[in-house]
Amino acid sequence: MTKMSKIVRTIASIAFPFAMIYGLYVIAHGHLTPGGGFQGGAIAASACAMILVAFGSKWTLDKIKEKRLSVFESLGGIGFIAIALLGLVFGAAFFNNFLTGSNFLFGTIPATGSGLADINTGGVLPLMNFAVGLKVIVGLFVIVLVMAYAATSFKEDKK
Amino acid sequence: MNVPDYTIALVVAIPLLGAFLTPLVGRINDKLRNIFVILVLTLNAFLVFLLASDVLTTGIKTYVFGAQDISYPIVRILFEVDAMSIFMAIISSILVTVAVIYSWSFMKENTGLDKYYTLILLLTAGMLGMVLTGDMFNFFVFLEITSIASCALIAFWTHKGESVEAGFKYIVISAMGALFVLFAIALLYGQYNALNIALLSSVIQYTFLDKIALVLLIVALAMKAGIVPMHMWLPDSYGSAPSSISIILVSATLASLYGVFRVIFTLYGNVLSKIANFGIPVNVLIGWLIVALAVISILIGVFMALIQSDFKRLIAYGAVAELGYMFLGIGTGIVALGTAYGKTALDGGIFHVINDALDVGLLFLVAGAIYYATKETSLDKLGGLARNMKYTTVFFIIGFLAVAGMPPLNGFASKLLIYESTFQLNPILAIVAILCSILLLAVFVKVFYSAFMGPQLPKFKDVKEVPKSMLFSMGIIACIIVIFGLFPEFIINNLVEPAANALIGYSEYISQVVVGGI
Repeated sequence: MTKMSKIVRTIASIAFPFAMIYGLYVIAHGHLTPGGGFQGGAIAASACAMILVAFGSKWTLDKIKEKRLSVFESLGGIGFIAIALLGLVFGAAFFNNFLTGSNFLFGTIPATGSGLADINTGGVLPLMNFAVGLKVIVGLFVIVLVMAYAATSFKEDKK
Repeated sequence: MNVPDYTIALVVAIPLLGAFLTPLVGRINDKLRNIFVILVLTLNAFLVFLLASDVLTTGIKTYVFGAQDISYPIVRILFEVDAMSIFMAIISSILVTVAVIYSWSFMKENTGLDKYYTLILLLTAGMLGMVLTGDMFNFFVFLEITSIASCALIAFWTHKGESVEAGFKYIVISAMGALFVLFAIALLYGQYNALNIALLSSVIQYTFLDKIALVLLIVALAMKAGIVPMHMWLPDSYGSAPSSISIILVSATLASLYGVFRVIFTLYGNVLSKIANFGIPVNVLIGWLIVALAVISILIGVFMALIQSDFKRLIAYGAVAELGYMFLGIGTGIVALGTAYGKTALDGGIFHVINDALDVGLLFLVAGAIYYATKETSLDKLGGLARNMKYTTVFFIIGFLAVAGMPPLNGFASKLLIYESTFQLNPILAIVAILCSILLLAVFVKVFYSAFMGPQLPKFKDVKEVPKSMLFSMGIIACIIVIFGLFPEFIINNLVEPAANALIGYSEYISQVVVGGI
């Protein structure tokens, strides 16, 4: 994929932080609002894909190594399973929500009834959302990146 | 021997954790990664064996995810392990461990092995989850994990057009099958507000929607198991995947077969025997349907195997025929539920599950060894290999005699049980089964003659015996086959009989979860 015109690149650069922050917001508020790790991850990955389309696959591959991305993808997966296993160590069972009610990280139990949401709730749910979010951002981005790279090399082969 | 309850969760969690750690370990060193994967799977197999010894002595074990106890109403994910589940788990762990040891040399020259091993571990987690879970939706999730991982592994040799085609065929079939299963689960959930198998089984009514769900579940899972009218994907996938993957795919299809058993015997076990259509109990009708499918599978599998010239496709059709034998045993067991020969048939069918996995698995490994040594799978171009590959020849002889059901190997033990029980149901069934078994022997004698016997071909003059890791893994399976063949009584009493009892005894399965039973 070759890079697009300067107008597109500039607009993409301006829009990128907003799209990225929105994606991260959806991940971080996954236990409070609709959405979560996967949905937010998909939004953030689409922001990365926008950069890829605007700047071309060659430029992106110069900046980011595909192998390094797959390490982050594994870290997301490991994080998810590790939190589940910690439930076995500190709590009662595999996948146990051992943080809730502990007054530690995300440990508050929310008040019942209508009111403003408290982000410091949910126990291990937000942490699992972060892990899934990391995995989805990197995973989807790698897929798009590899496809763009394959399309480029296919075109060059044809020439 | 008693093990803590959380072993059940660890059996699925360890391969999953290993899968995500593999790419990181692979960045350090390739050899380290291979050792790591073998260690993870051996540890897991060890845990499965510990769990098996516990379940077989003390009975059904349950494990609730995320909490200490089952809270009522049941909303939590629940793993329920009985003798049948653990029987399937043992098969999966043996085959996967052997396949990974085999891959050490077999896949050495390939790139992208990090992904290969990651996918194998994911597939293991999926298969073990499928057989251990006690929750319908959970079953669907693990079914999807298994399908996606196996699809990628079937198409692993992307430079071959056939592999990509087979992978595509497989993903289309599995996506369709998985959607059928999901729809059926939705129908059940909509009526009974439950996803737990034991709970559903205790309240199921056999309404019109339940009938649709039953048909969808059986069709989709039988399609994934490769029973004849829906077997078209199986020879392609088995034939064009790397051999080390073919053997894992054998156990993945058997996990779907387990799904069929679970649906018929446990989920609908409560109602099928009590309701009659046209004056015949429904389970007898379903049993005859399964017997009919089984006979067609045996016939088509054997006749298609006769005309194949590609080694691996031939074995794949042999595997279709073997699936038919399993279904024949199980079907006869359902038709004659409660009689002595029905029990024998069920034993034979279940015993044949593990025998088929080992025999067909060994043949696939031999086919892979020949491919590794000669880069050739077409039987027309092979010949005289026994001169250069002594051990592989011995393993092939053990494998094909076992598949054809020759004494004293394990295939004979289970096929004899199937013959003698189907003979009491209907002599024609037993005659077809025996004749096809003889034909299968003829097919493999042909293969043996054309690949291993005859004069030495000039182009195979420098062929060497395959590396030690491949011989070792073939040796493990060959040893198990011989041991099973020599002491079938021991295996039947300690492993197969409890599994058959677990299938029939659905009320015990229910009473573990639902207070008061039914």
